[in-house]
Amino acid sequence: MTNTIADIEESDVILVTGSNTTENHPVLSTFMKRAVLQGKKLYLIDPRRVKLADHAEKWLRPMPGTDIAWINGLMNVIISEGLQDQKFIDDRCENFEATKAVVEKYTPEHVEKLTGIPADDLRQVARDFANAGAGTICYCMGITQHTCGTDNVKSLANLSMLCGHLGKPGGGVNPLRGQNNVQGACDMGGLPNVLTAYQPVTSDDAREGYEKAWQVKGMSPTPGLVATEMFNKAYEGEMKSLFIIGENPMVSDPDLNHAKKALNNLEFLVVQDIFETETTAMADVVLPSYCWAEKNGTFTNSERRVQRVRRAVEPPEGPKRDWEILCDIANRMGYGFSYEDSHELFKEISAVTPSYRGITWERIDEVGIHWPCPDTEHPGTPILHTMQFTRGKGMFHAIEHVPPAELPDDRYPFILTTGRVLYHYHTGTMTMRTDGLNMLSPECFVEISDADATRLGIGDGEMVNVCSRRGRIKAKLQVSDKAVEGTIFIPFHFANAAANKLTNAELDPTAKIPEFKVCAINIEAAKA
Amino acid sequence: MDTNIITLNENQLTFEPGETILDVAARNNIEIPTLCHLKHTIPTNTCRVCLVEIAGKDELVESCVTKAEPGMVIQSESPKVVAARKEILAAMLATGNHNCAIRDLPTEDWTAFQLNVLAADGKQDLCPVWGDCDLQDLTYRYQVKATGMPVTACKHETERANPFIIRDFSRCILCGKCIKACREIQVNNAIEFGYHGEEMKIIAGDDAHLKDSDCVFCGECVQVCPVGALIPDREFRDDRFKPTKVTRTTCSYCGVGCQMDVFVQDNKIVKIDGADQDLPPNNASLCVKGRYGFDFVASPNRLTTPLIKKDGKQVPATWDEALDLVAEKFEAIGKEHGADAMGLLTSARVTNEDNYMAMKFTRGVLKTNNIDHCARL
Ligand code: SF4
Ligand code: SF4
Ligand code: SF4
Repeated sequence: MTNTIADIEESDVILVTGSNTTENHPVLSTFMKRAVLQGKKLYLIDPRRVKLADHAEKWLRPMPGTDIAWINGLMNVIISEGLQDQKFIDDRCENFEATKAVVEKYTPEHVEKLTGIPADDLRQVARDFANAGAGTICYCMGITQHTCGTDNVKSLANLSMLCGHLGKPGGGVNPLRGQNNVQGACDMGGLPNVLTAYQPVTSDDAREGYEKAWQVKGMSPTPGLVATEMFNKAYEGEMKSLFIIGENPMVSDPDLNHAKKALNNLEFLVVQDIFETETTAMADVVLPSYCWAEKNGTFTNSERRVQRVRRAVEPPEGPKRDWEILCDIANRMGYGFSYEDSHELFKEISAVTPSYRGITWERIDEVGIHWPCPDTEHPGTPILHTMQFTRGKGMFHAIEHVPPAELPDDRYPFILTTGRVLYHYHTGTMTMRTDGLNMLSPECFVEISDADATRLGIGDGEMVNVCSRRGRIKAKLQVSDKAVEGTIFIPFHFANAAANKLTNAELDPTAKIPEFKVCAINIEAAKA
Repeated sequence: MDTNIITLNENQLTFEPGETILDVAARNNIEIPTLCHLKHTIPTNTCRVCLVEIAGKDELVESCVTKAEPGMVIQSESPKVVAARKEILAAMLATGNHNCAIRDLPTEDWTAFQLNVLAADGKQDLCPVWGDCDLQDLTYRYQVKATGMPVTACKHETERANPFIIRDFSRCILCGKCIKACREIQVNNAIEFGYHGEEMKIIAGDDAHLKDSDCVFCGECVQVCPVGALIPDREFRDDRFKPTKVTRTTCSYCGVGCQMDVFVQDNKIVKIDGADQDLPPNNASLCVKGRYGFDFVASPNRLTTPLIKKDGKQVPATWDEALDLVAEKFEAIGKEHGADAMGLLTSARVTNEDNYMAMKFTRGVLKTNNIDHCARL
């Protein structure tokens, strides 16, 4: 997030898109809902009529996979009515003219045809957002999990820059991170192309620094593969071994049948986890680790705040710390890594990570600090880009709408989108061990609109078979006013009816995120 | 200077225009008792316990809704205030089943009193929040004698129809704090006051069970309820007097990173509360997963020993066997197929320290950049 969570309450207009905030980021959604109580305006732009719609000034419903079109449409209105923040654009941004030229053809009427959003609604949102003293954009996987996910994000940045809403309280472009430490995993270089704090692996200087700090030689200068590419290479037989820590791709990956073959093809699979999962079942070696409540360390939340995790219970006999296991393996391979405890490890992190350099466990003992925090006197940075952008000038990107990779047809007439429910988390490895959560959300369901259910002649609660070009699952039909005709929603938590048997592994070419949010499916009554 | 200063119990205190007397007191760590006031919500003077006496005024006023004015001289514990407060508390006790304090029994000997109450009620258990109840605390602090007051039978049945929250209407003092938490803090709009007069009750939806209402089991109402009317449906109730260790930590579910206090007894998590009301990012709020989704920690199904696949079957192994095998295999594969035939998927759930080590291992030891995590998924 460019801004903080608390900052959302400072916005005059809040634009939420591709996020079922009340279920996926419940406490963050309270900031949005309280802002509405104080008279601020919230616009929800989402294919589903999620709960947040009850709090919104208006809910705009785009066809899944048409985000660039409506974002360009908003910009079209703002520019044609002269509502843009020209000073911000002139002083702080570049490449505006090219973007202006592209959005010219996205008139509200044209956008209505592409997205289904009424032209006047689009105008209303555009005017309110542009005229707001401060306007924030909050988005989640509904924006990124598309073949055009990276372009979607750039388009949102365009919109925010156009209105001069970046770098000030109540503004910003704010991705909401789905899992507790996504931000931290990225900051720590858990990505194929960057080291900690996003230093590129291709930089000789950066690598040299690390080789010296770690006393190792021969780090690779070639960016590696993203997860989905690793699975493809494994499928093709080129990837020989995988080490998987605390993830369950056998439920969370797209196109599971493909993923299963990929893992089966490996010569050697190691999985480190706290429970047996669908993924550990396939491993050659399974290593047990401590869970959250047994660890000391840090997490970095969505707003870049580094916060302490503390041991609340003594760990059971047997498992070890995740990092300790990795050290032990490294040392068997001829290295001499040794750390007294997590705290010592964090000191090394601060030393090699410019944006964490000023963060110490002592400083975050009571309240976490937002990176970048370059030295121990620095208070941290709650709001990014206040004076200038990281790269100097803010870059406008001229982006055209491209339809999703797979669209409905006669055989697969419905669009499927996937996501989570309030009571479960990811593949349920943790939440499904609390009986109460299972009681409130016991099983998979297929969310459908009343009209579609009626047309199919299948009633609420009946079992249906859902199939796509890649697979088939069976689950209960749930008629809901969240669903819009033609679009089906299935949560992906449940291994016995895994929505990801249906999804498309087609990737966004830059961010390499699979298109979880749009694929074509068919539904029929299941014979008992 | 005729500026913004009030005198509260002999202390000269400055105030910002618009601040209430209660605000000013709280800011200066002077406690004025209240049962219905909830920080960050609109004050409603429902419980009236926060009464204070202002020099020159006949009537006592509620400090939660009275704005500080220059020159005010205020007493929060004057004999008049204390007398009024006692009456209010006594009346509150009489409205429900507060058998820790009210009964037509002599109150000189506390233990005997309790035993007598339990015997009279035919119950084994004390009130589930005995010792952790704001009303009880005030009753003893002000020595409210409720002898002679009748015990009102409760008109509403206790609700236990959901897995997390018990609603015991017989102990509800209708302070409305839960409603503020639900409607002004969490904005879930699940509960409100229903019915009138003697029948008054906190209702969800059409007076439905919580599970059939808009309630999303965030538990904010339970956290703020000053008495035993809303309690977690967990064993913690029975174990109040066991030694409890409280640890401040960060939630392990979503990226909001809520700060929480984890209560542990006998090395088992028994309760999780939101941390401080002024501590970002969550100001003491939590959601259902963060508050109640901790059973996995003590699950008997945790993995506790390394497993190695032998003849197609995973069998338990020692750490040495498992780690030797992993190291051996990685070395062999690296030699035969090159470093880039290996990859590692780290996790968006584990700590920064774990992630950093995974990165160091992949890049520094395996010598490949094939590292990623599943955040895209
Ligand atoms: S349930 Fe608790 S918080 Fe709610 S009105 Fe009753 S006593 Fe007050
Ligand atoms: S648990 Fe949360 S949603 Fe339910 S009544 Fe209490 S505050 Fe409202
Ligand atoms: S308590 Fe809920 S909202 Fe807060 S971090 Fe945990 S999962 Fe997210």
